[in-house]
Amino acid sequence: MNEWIQAILNVFTNPTFYKSTLTQSTPLILAAMGGVFSETTGVTNIALEGIMLMGAFGGVMGSYFTGNPWYGLALGTFFGLAMAALHAWASIKYGADQIISGTALILLAQGITGFALVELFGQPGSTDLVRSIPLVDLGSFKDVPFFGQIFGNLSPFVYMAFASVIFGWILIYKTKLGLRMRSVGNNPEAADTLGINVYNVRYFGVIMSGLFAALGGAYLSIGELGQFTTNMTNGRGFIALAAMIIGNWNPVGAMSASLLFGGATAFNNQLQSQSVLNLSTNTQYIFGMIPYIITLIVVAGFIGKSRAPSADGIPYIKE
Amino acid sequence: MEKVDYSKYAVVMKGITKRFPGVLANDHVDLFVKKGEIHAIVGENGAGKTTLMSQLYGLIRPDEGKIYINGVEKQIRNPNDAIEAKIGMVHQHFMLVDRLSVVENIVLGQEPVKGPFFDLGRARKEIRELSKKFGLLVDPDAIIEDLPVGMQQRVEIIKVLYRGAEILILDEPTAVLTPQETNELFEILKNLQKQGRTIILITHKLNEVMAITESVTVMRLGKVTGVVKTAETNPNQLANMMVGREVLLTVEKEKAHPGEEILQVKNLVVKENRGIEAVKGLSLSVKKGEIVGIAGVAGNGQTELTEAITGLRRVESGKIIFKGEDITNYSPKRRREMGMGHIPEDRLKHGLIKLFPVYYNFILGEHDNSKFSDGIFLKIEEIKRFSEELVKRFDVRPPKIDLLGMNLSGGNQQKVIVAREIAFNPMLMVVSQPTRGLDVGAIEFIHKTLISMRDKGIGILLVSMELEEIFSLSDRILAIYEGRIMGETTPDKTTPEEVGLMMAGHKLEDIRQEA
Repeated sequence: MNEWIQAILNVFTNPTFYKSTLTQSTPLILAAMGGVFSETTGVTNIALEGIMLMGAFGGVMGSYFTGNPWYGLALGTFFGLAMAALHAWASIKYGADQIISGTALILLAQGITGFALVELFGQPGSTDLVRSIPLVDLGSFKDVPFFGQIFGNLSPFVYMAFASVIFGWILIYKTKLGLRMRSVGNNPEAADTLGINVYNVRYFGVIMSGLFAALGGAYLSIGELGQFTTNMTNGRGFIALAAMIIGNWNPVGAMSASLLFGGATAFNNQLQSQSVLNLSTNTQYIFGMIPYIITLIVVAGFIGKSRAPSADGIPYIKE
Repeated sequence: MEKVDYSKYAVVMKGITKRFPGVLANDHVDLFVKKGEIHAIVGENGAGKTTLMSQLYGLIRPDEGKIYINGVEKQIRNPNDAIEAKIGMVHQHFMLVDRLSVVENIVLGQEPVKGPFFDLGRARKEIRELSKKFGLLVDPDAIIEDLPVGMQQRVEIIKVLYRGAEILILDEPTAVLTPQETNELFEILKNLQKQGRTIILITHKLNEVMAITESVTVMRLGKVTGVVKTAETNPNQLANMMVGREVLLTVEKEKAHPGEEILQVKNLVVKENRGIEAVKGLSLSVKKGEIVGIAGVAGNGQTELTEAITGLRRVESGKIIFKGEDITNYSPKRRREMGMGHIPEDRLKHGLIKLFPVYYNFILGEHDNSKFSDGIFLKIEEIKRFSEELVKRFDVRPPKIDLLGMNLSGGNQQKVIVAREIAFNPMLMVVSQPTRGLDVGAIEFIHKTLISMRDKGIGILLVSMELEEIFSLSDRILAIYEGRIMGETTPDKTTPEEVGLMMAGHKLEDIRQEA
């Protein structure tokens, strides 16, 4: 028992845990923000997972062919936007079932990335290493004890993630467009009678979700690692959806829930590496469940208290 | 080109025709509304009133016909065009975003901004000014879903005025209001009229037409069947024009001969879905051969009460006794078998199955009766024979038993439910909102049927938001407010105003003491 307490204390006193929390949360925050944008306007977007995957793949592909990771980021974003546009087109214009459309897009993304991986890089599993987006070096701040180790050398994606939360919150709650997004997501008919173009507002929400989810995906591939591996999103799109729900479709709430999940993952990783515990390598699978068990518990505990936009997932069809 | 001077009219709609698949919703309809008048459009459901107004407001476009606003021809392609022509519409189902605040709802679509941001402060100020000017007091920061219906309606009216409307269309505005709220609304409308607004009122309540309008356009089956000045007509004449035949507006009934008590509810406590008590220690009783009416504004525990009695909702405490037996924890099926019929308030949710043909809808709840089933298979032939008989007896139209439930009109759906419930010879009927959304003809039929059930010795518990219905059918009246009975009286010993006060939370003793 004592060695467990010791191990947990070690984790919490080590700045690596906090830095890891930030980096683990970054893709979740970005994707969850995508979810918030889409669902605030009333379009369910379970395709986040697929959009992230395309963003991740596009990032590596662009970086590989141009040698410039920023072009990779641009390509990944473009792929994400295209995926979101497909979802928007099917579910807004044609009133398709949004769950089916989203599922189809996830499968599509897995198929495309799996195929292209072999075609372009000649091997299944993973791509060559490519250049990744350089970290933001805070110079002498790195030498500040504890905090320097956490914040001194972070990926620009981490900053982007938190900026997206501020941007999302201000846009949704403080601007005229945000008011319209919320109205369209809750009562599209009422918005329509006031001359608001329900379709345009929804297109905007879904397209923005493509942008954010793709950024989240690109972080996974060209954020630090510089490589794409098959199905590397590994369910993060769904965790991001859960974070959005637990966060009550609010940017700040979704961010908090993402930090919780990111923290759980970081905790699990750090704990496994504690030598005092003397763990066999096989236990990593048990530890790997921690973030998902937390998801289950938190969703079961919170889901009753959070309320989706009233018209979320319901196509708006004008007579 | 023919030159006509329409300048004294706020609205002229000329030769409006609108076709929907299979229906001619408006057939060369003409409408003339003078500036500054309150003009009623009356007609049964499906007469095309709302369709006509939706075209004036640009929600749908006419196939033929022209619209003139203040004498000038206008193309109204969408609500923005209508708003620009200073037309505003308050819809029957409020077009409010529940989760947003009053201010946000009112300015939505025409939001004041400061730089890139929505200027909430200015919006609030503008709304306070409007509220004051028109006597429509409402808290700008309240969230819509927390407001009572009457307040929500005010928000709708302010919303229209905020857009500068000179012509206001109100679609069935009193359907959800208490008598007091209705009077307040009428005051507001008269005030608006004084300030030069023109008002078009869609309704099927003829006493309201008589009370506040100057002229009336009557519609039936998509056509105009009469245009009259209110002062020169009466409710009976209007009803006849609406229905196309003589209609009895009052229900004819003999005195009731109540027998023994069949239902007793004792100190009943029931919670609503959010876990808050909706029925708070309520007691009542129903005798054989009488109609007990429960008057109240929607949302005061009526739904929970009827659901508890019919077994659809768990009882927290208290007792329900039916035919002398404590049935508090009996299943709905067992209650049915004991002879409890139910006409639920939401036809489509609890009354019938939209996607089932009429003949299956007729045996819902009786599906395992040995008459219709041998234990494994349904006896389709027998079911169809039974259904043909009911369709004939209750005059369901069209008389096709394989039509889907959803393809019947509201009145005929209700007939199917009533027919089914009567067919298995109940001893008690729990009837909720039996005529909601029905037109004059169907209401007449349902009322007659309820009275004849009563005369056969069936006890009836009637829940209705329509005070008129309560008065014309009930032998005893109970008023419910926040899950409690405010008092009991009989129709000949009370007035709508008194019952209205009880519905607003005043105890009968207190009202009578003050008077």
